[in-house]
Order: sequence, then structure tokens, then C-alpha cells
Amino acid sequence: MTVDVLAPVQERQAGSAHTDRGGADTFPKLLLEHARVRPQRPANREKDYGIWQSWNWAEVAAEVEALACGLAAGGFRRGDKLAIIGDNRPRLYWAIAAAQALGGVPVPIYQDAIADEMAFVLDHAEVRFAVAEDQEQVDKLTEIRGRCPLLERVIFSDPRGMRHYDQPWLEDYAKAQERGRAFARTEPGFFGREIAKGRGGDTAIILYTSGTTGQPKGVVLSFDNIIGCATNAIAFEGLTDREEVLAYLPMAWIGEHIFSYAQAYCAGFCASCPESQATVMLDLRELGPTYFFAPPRIFESILTQVMIRMEDAGWVKRRLFRFFLDVARRIGPRLLARERVAVADRLLYRLGDLLVYGPLKNTLGFSRIRVAYTAGEAIGPDLFTFYRSLGINLKQLYGMTESSVFLCIQKHGAVKPDTVGAPIEGVEIRITEDGEVLFKSPGAFQCYYKNPEATAAAKRRDGWVHTGDSGFFDADGQLKILDRARDVGRLQGGAVFAPKFIENKLKFFPWIKEAVVFGDGRPFVAAFINIDLEAVGDWAERRNIAYASYQELAAEGAVYDLVQDCVERVNRGLAVEPTLAPSQIRRFLILHKELDADDGELTRTRKVRRRIIADRYEPLVAALYSGNATGRITTEITFEDGRKGQMRAELAIRDMDTGLPPAEPVPLRRAG
Amino acid sequence: MKQIGEPILTADRITLAFGGVTALNAISFGIRRHEILAMIGPNGAGKTSMLNVINGFYHPQAGTITWKGETRRRMRPYHAAAQGIARTFQNVALFKGMTTLDNIMTGRLLHMRRNFLWQAIHFGPAEQEELAHRARVERIIDFLEIQAIRKTPVGRLPYGLQKRVELGRALAMEPELLLLDEPMAGMNVEEKEDMCRFILDVSDEFGTTIALIEHDMGVVMDISDRVIVLDYGRKIADGPPDEVRSSPEVIAAYLGEER
Repeated sequence: MTVDVLAPVQERQAGSAHTDRGGADTFPKLLLEHARVRPQRPANREKDYGIWQSWNWAEVAAEVEALACGLAAGGFRRGDKLAIIGDNRPRLYWAIAAAQALGGVPVPIYQDAIADEMAFVLDHAEVRFAVAEDQEQVDKLTEIRGRCPLLERVIFSDPRGMRHYDQPWLEDYAKAQERGRAFARTEPGFFGREIAKGRGGDTAIILYTSGTTGQPKGVVLSFDNIIGCATNAIAFEGLTDREEVLAYLPMAWIGEHIFSYAQAYCAGFCASCPESQATVMLDLRELGPTYFFAPPRIFESILTQVMIRMEDAGWVKRRLFRFFLDVARRIGPRLLARERVAVADRLLYRLGDLLVYGPLKNTLGFSRIRVAYTAGEAIGPDLFTFYRSLGINLKQLYGMTESSVFLCIQKHGAVKPDTVGAPIEGVEIRITEDGEVLFKSPGAFQCYYKNPEATAAAKRRDGWVHTGDSGFFDADGQLKILDRARDVGRLQGGAVFAPKFIENKLKFFPWIKEAVVFGDGRPFVAAFINIDLEAVGDWAERRNIAYASYQELAAEGAVYDLVQDCVERVNRGLAVEPTLAPSQIRRFLILHKELDADDGELTRTRKVRRRIIADRYEPLVAALYSGNATGRITTEITFEDGRKGQMRAELAIRDMDTGLPPAEPVPLRRAG
Repeated sequence: MKQIGEPILTADRITLAFGGVTALNAISFGIRRHEILAMIGPNGAGKTSMLNVINGFYHPQAGTITWKGETRRRMRPYHAAAQGIARTFQNVALFKGMTTLDNIMTGRLLHMRRNFLWQAIHFGPAEQEELAHRARVERIIDFLEIQAIRKTPVGRLPYGLQKRVELGRALAMEPELLLLDEPMAGMNVEEKEDMCRFILDVSDEFGTTIALIEHDMGVVMDISDRVIVLDYGRKIADGPPDEVRSSPEVIAAYLGEER
């Protein structure tokens, strides 16, 4: 038997992709399988006291067994929920496995949730046991304990500051494990028997989605859901047990659960936890992950840091950096897509790799990346191209908690900045008449916990799950997500109008800070533009354009030309897609004042409040649709000190030629 | 729970004068084991002078200091350090060009046994020793939650963090008595709260005796077990925070006398 097992293992360790799980249909079974097949391979790491401490699969299995038995000794029964609250720590990941081993259900909670939100989840999920990271989380639980009568026992991982806590319902993690080991001695084989009772159809986890409206909903996912989806994606990308991932996003988020737990358990690779939230970037550099996920804002902040530091570098380095970055932009994406590239260009790129890209990637911790994903929101094409041009295989994917993440992933050689790829194996996607994205997938969730109405609304009887996202397939069969379906409207001609999609495209230009487009129920699309004072101001200074205020700069003809160029490029991009071609911006104006949260025009998180803006600037909207060359407006503004004043302005309106040929809007599109 | 014990250090009628100015005038008090003692008083009251006398910077003209039952006469700061008294300074006194880690490592110097030659060779026992010290330092870095700045030169850090590093270096000495000179000066509210927590945790986890000078009355009243009030070189009050707060003499010193 050993021979049978070992042969494929060596094959795997040589680096081949594998999806063979030895028949294990739950994570605890996978854990035992790894502990048997690759006991010495690292399963978890955590940077602590300045050193990467590591646990191999055999050790993790022992840790999980001790905790599971400790929980069982404390009265944890099959079907019980275990809340898990804290930063990414191996001990908390083990708690997930421990709960699952006992036939219980882990319920991770966002560590920065305020006490009220936590109380809602604990109460709704009928949680009896919780594992908390540290004093901070224990304090929150103490505060809400009165409101969660079911909560019986809290196990804390970090004893720091807990010396004076003598509540009987609190227990040290190490003590719970000690108790578990004693329990295991009296009941040998208990752990294995409990695991053997688990079935793939059982509930693996309940993840609460942070609903923007109303109370959070608990998404119930089975082992079959998660393992099915995770293995499909592993096969798609050819991941092996040699991957390295950094587990740094919130544990209560489905993406983190899939990348750092589910896929690690399915493929047998190692998930490493950073020392603290503040050291993530340093730890990333030390670890050098091969498989990496980050939302666009993280990629953006990394790029900003690089650019700022380059500004401080010496003249030679700066020139070198600029030159080779241009080379990379031109050649990198094509190399990554394995296209034909001239020998001279290849050599130039190789030189750039030696002098710039290699050292840069090394500094960022991106040297070993084989697959990197970004998702969650639109990513700017420049940003996306930057990473790809360095040779980092950054791709986009589409998914959500309800689908156990993976629905679409971009294929090698078919990567574009504004699509999310094609459906992966096992996933079916359909677009409704209204443009809403529906899916069928092995990862489709079971239900919303104790919320049959919401379940029925999202998951229909015919098996299709409604995402609430609006999108369409482009000519290459890749899915494009436009917006949340409820924000999408129609032009008078009946064409789909997705305001956020167009606004994002405008905002990707450095000159444009905010954009508001109109079009729902109107004959064509028109836009308000807010320029970025810093970027455009700098641009104007270099051209000796004098201005005294935002208002003056915004009214400048040359600035209008600059913005017109941006709008034109967006239009050309839209013209490529028949669905979006009618949404080209016909007229625009540059607002005389910056949209401001103090005036109620933006939310505090800087999202435009479309309706309020449309009301307040009604004369300007009317002017855009009237054919006049200018629009007049009087606005009330709030000064910093709270006084109010009036601002009068007459704004120029530019007409756009929307009959331009649908040329390539961004160079990267060629990569597809 | 920590148990406040017998005096670990006793100052007996300490008098210190610079030329004609009497900075300290026959001041007597004790610092008890495991307590947090705050010294307060208006500017120029002699608080920092008192700390300097305790750790041997200044030598009083009259009076004695008894440290763990041993009365000492003239003493240098490094004697105090060797005997287990560590301090931080009103103005941060770190090596600006060195990293946080290296700065805290310097706090371990007194505990290093190998001589200069061994250290230079850096092999065998010297290496083992350095590893052990590094492990200690890492505990302190973890304790003070400054992992993210481990390798950052101290000069580049904001003031609040520099103060924390300085506390780290003092802790690295594993002192029995920790003297903190205005540990929260120039900090914002959040930094102050952090620092308070660290001071309480140091007292709690390590049982270190702490004497501190502080101007923020809220902080003093919150964290100290006992308060001593100095005014123009005289001690005008000595007792638990509540008692001191209501003492008429203290009120007069701070708010001026009613006329």
C-alpha cells in the first residue's frame, strides 16, 4: 500500500499539479491525509519573535486533535458553532479544522467588527463556543455576553494582559489543548472516529457577508462546495504542494478562507501568517509567495510607494528606471502572454530584468509569484499593466461568497484589464434579459442561514443563483462586470447604461478625480468631470499656464483639451463593445468646484451621490441635454469654518465626436 | 495580583544645590518594590534632578540613597545600571542612525559576558550568547508591539515611537527599578494611552518597580499607586493619588494661593 501512495507523491513533489485527494471529502480528512503522506512538509508558518516558526502537517494534525478533544471535553457537540475571532494566526486556522473534525461549524467573524455586529452574528448563528485571539477580542465578547445567552465558553489564544481575567467561562488555548490531550488518552481513537463521521455534504462553514444594507447574511457552504471549487481552481492554475501563500486578509472573508485554508488543505501547500497587520509588506518580502491575492487598492499603494521612493533616488537610477519601465510596458505583457517578440526586444527586456525588474520584484516580495489575482473592484489599466509588464502573472477573477469564490478566471494569454475571464470548468454563467449575471456552480452555496426569504430570492428553484451584478460577455467570451444590477439603467434607445463602469474608466486617468455620468432614461450619455487639482496643477505649471484657483484651472481651455482627450479614449474603448457603444459620452463639462463630502455630494468613503448631484446641479444637467454651448449655475457652498456662501459660474460644455473608430484604448489590450 | 512590598530604595534628606540655587531641599522618601510611583510638580520643582540623583548623574551635597539595604556614597550612572536601575530621558536619547533592534540590543550590553575579542570573532560561545540576547530583545519588541519598525533606523521614526524604543532599551536591561522621565511628553492622546498600557503591563508582567515623572495629571492619577509632589525643591505631599489630589498644599502649588 505504501508503494501505491508514495509513487504519485514523488510525482507531485516534483512539481506536477494534482487534484487527487485520496477520497477525502472533508478538510479534517484532508488534514489526516497530508499528515500521513507528507508529514514533514510545512503546513503553517507564523512570524513570531522575529523568526518564521513553522509547523509541519504532522504537527498541525496533532495541534488540531488536541484542540478538538479539548473542545469535546468542554461539551462541544456535533452541529455546534464555533466562532473564530482574530487576526490570521495558525491557532485560529487550527480552530476551524478542529470544529470541522467534530462535525461542528466554524463561524469566523471580522476581527475589526464592533461589539454590536459581533453580537448579531453570535446570536444569529447560535454560537456556544468561541476562539478569540487576544484580550481585545475577549473584552468585546465580555461586553456582549449578556446579549448572547447561548455563548458558553471562550478560548483565548494570546494570554497577554489576561492575568487578571478569572471568569470561569474563559480558557487559555494551551490549557484547552492540554485538557484535550488528557481526554484523547482516556478515549483513544476519538478524533479519527469523529472525522470519519463527516460527509462532503455537511456544512463546512458559515461566513457572514458584510451587507451594505440591512443585517449581515450567513452564507452556508458545504465541504463539497468549497473543496469542489478549490480543486477546480487548483487544476486550472496547476498549483502544487510547493506553493507559498501569505495569509493576511480577514479570516471571515471567503477569499482568505479559500486561498489560505481550503486550497492549502486541498493541494497540501503551506499558509504563512504575518507577524502583525503592520508588518504585512515586510513579511511578504521575506516569504516571497508563489500564489498571491490582493484587492486593487493594495496593488495601488505598493505602486505609489515604489514611485515615491524612485523620486528620491539618484539621477542615474531614475533614468534607468524610467527607460526600462517603458521597455517593460511595451514588451512585458507580450512576453507573459507567450507572444512572438523580436530577439532584440527580448534581450533588452532581459537586461531590464537584470537591472530593474528583478531587484524591484525582489524588494516587493514578488520574485517567485506564479499566479497573482486581483478582484473585488475595477482595477486601473495602468496599474494592472505595470505589474504584468514586470513579468508578474497578475490576473483577474470573478466570484463571491455565495459561489465559494471561483466563477471566472482569466486564462494565460487571455488577460485583459477590464474583464474577469471566462467561466472555469464546472461553472455555467447566463446573462438575463436585464443583464444580470446568473450562475450554476459546484460551489453554489446551500442557503443563507435561517433566512429562507433571502435564500429564495438569490437561489431559484431552477438552480440558477442570482448575483445582483450586471455584466455581459465580450467578443472573446470573457465576462465583463459593469456594476451592481440595481444601479444599471437604460438609455432612451434601450441600450444598457452602467454609470459606475464608465466613471471608473474616466477616473483611471490621473487628471480626473471624480466623474458623474448621466444617461438613465436620457437620449445619450453626458458627464460631469472633476479634475485632480494636484495632477492637473502640476501639468499646467509645466506648461506655464497660470491659475489662481481650482475654478480658474477647471475653466482653462487647455485643461478642457486634456480632459477631452481622456473622454475620447474612453469612448473608443466603449465603441469596441456593441453593448456599450451607445454609452459613449456625447457631451461633458468640467465642474467649477470639487465634489465634497462636506457638501453631501460624496459619501465619507468618497462614493458619488448621484441623485443629490443631479438635483443640485440640475441647471447644468439641463444644459448638457439642451444643446447650449454653456451652462450657468449658482451653487451654495460650505466653507471650512461652516459659513455658507454662493458661487456663480458659467461653464463651457464640450461636444464629443462619437463616430470615431473603435481603436485600441489601452496598449495592454493587445496582450489579449 | 502584584504585591507592593518594602522600600527597595530610600532617599534620606537629599539636598542638592547648584551654586546658590537649591534644587532639592532635604527630601526623603522611599520607593517600594513593585509600585508605580509618580513624581509631579511645577516646572523647576526638582523632579528630574531627583531622578538624576537616584541614578548617580548628580551627587547630592547632603543626604544618602539606600538601594536594597546598601547605602551608597558617590556613585556613577554605570554603577546604577549594573545594580539594576534603568532610565529613559526627557529628550529621547537613542542612537539615531541605528535600527530599533540594535538600539534595544545595546540595552543588553551589561548582560553580555564575552569580552570584546570573542565578540569580534563572533563564533562559538559569543554567537550563542548573542542568539540568547536577541531572543530576549525579540520578546521586548513583541511586548511593545514594534515589530514593524524592527529594522528601521530610529532617526526616521515619529517621536511617540522613539519613546517606545527608548522604553524597550531600558527594559532590555531587565532592571529592578525603572526611571521614566516624562514618558508621555509630546504625545497625542492615542500614543499616551498606548504608553500607559505598556507601563501598566511592564509593572504587571515583569514586576518592575517604576518611578516616573509626568505632567499629565489624568495619566498620573490613573496609573500610579502613589504620588509625590515636589515644589521648589521641597516635598509637599506623598500618598495615594486621591489623597494627593485633595491636599490643599498641592492645590495651592498648582493653582496659586488664594489671597
